[in-house]
Amino acid sequence: MAMFASRGFVRLDGVVPKSLNKQFLDELKRTFGVREADKGSTMPAVAAGTEIEQALRPDQTLGQIMRLPRLKGAIESLVGPNSLLDHHFVHVLPPASKIEAAGRSANAQHLHQDSTIDVRKAFDVQLFYYPQEITEDMGGTRYLPGSHLRIVNESAIARYQNVRGQQHVVCQAGTVFLMHHGIWHGGSINRSDHTRYLYKLRLNPTVPQVRLWDTSDLNDDDATNRPIFFVRERQDPDSIQSILTRGEPWFEMDTGRIEYINRIHFWRRLLGDKTFDANYWVSRLECEPSISE
Amino acid sequence: MLVLYLANSALDSPVAAWSRYDGTGAIRHQAGGDEEPPYATGLAALQDGWRLIQASPLIDHNSGDEFRTGYFKYEFFFEKLVQVEDEDHE
Repeated sequence: MAMFASRGFVRLDGVVPKSLNKQFLDELKRTFGVREADKGSTMPAVAAGTEIEQALRPDQTLGQIMRLPRLKGAIESLVGPNSLLDHHFVHVLPPASKIEAAGRSANAQHLHQDSTIDVRKAFDVQLFYYPQEITEDMGGTRYLPGSHLRIVNESAIARYQNVRGQQHVVCQAGTVFLMHHGIWHGGSINRSDHTRYLYKLRLNPTVPQVRLWDTSDLNDDDATNRPIFFVRERQDPDSIQSILTRGEPWFEMDTGRIEYINRIHFWRRLLGDKTFDANYWVSRLECEPSISE
Repeated sequence: MLVLYLANSALDSPVAAWSRYDGTGAIRHQAGGDEEPPYATGLAALQDGWRLIQASPLIDHNSGDEFRTGYFKYEFFFEKLVQVEDEDHE
């Protein structure tokens, strides 16, 4: 969970079994192969704001996928039970060769943040499900770890073509990413011979996102102050404090520190603990002795 | 055009992000197309003949907004003029 707070995503490799991937892909191919409305797909059109349990029923392929214990557990760890289906969509990306043969140009999608300016303390989860193997040449989703806490407006960031540390999804079939809604991302060009499918689902929380995950490995000394800057021993890289204060390759020198501070505040909210700190970044700013009146 | 986003306001600081737009039409640079920047710093781009035409100003932090992060702060626009063949002109 600290990695999610720090980098903005959780990756579950191959969490959906082969049989369900095939079932879902078969439905997609029936649905989208004929360019008509529903032809045998159980994928429902859902009113925005419907509770996920009602939106994706057990008799539907997607309902079965979202009830897989590991996936359901991950979703509920982030947005809690009874989350709301904001919207879902299937991205279908044909090979660039087919697009170009039709006289159009194949372009990568500009970098963007979904929705619009969002200043909530709560967060939505965007689930990216890849029902087929995504190879490097298929142009899997490009995303920027650690960008989720930046307040920008949708495609205003389109000018940024390349960012140090950007990632491209390459994965086995049945892999799911659960991303914070603020992650900067975009689709890339499909240079393979296969159409690429991506199912995307946005979920809103209905409960405060405090300690929703298995917290049994949290320790009282997670926030204990430790030496900073001048240290005699290497700090534990897996400690929560280290995870929250680890930079990304694209961090600017000054705002990288602001990212640490914003992650610490995010972690405080997830813990329900207003005193947590990592490497003293927030304690220093809160140190303001006052004269009693 | 070359756009470099640097790690701080100094032109010789490292490149954190970059974009390229080729006005000759020879190359269509795409989002996510490169993994490594064309130059290590803004200064390296100058030394390779790019001319700096715009740099982000340093802006005071608005009260109450000091800890908000958003767009990259250190944006530098460069241009380079190149000779192209004009096939329609004799």
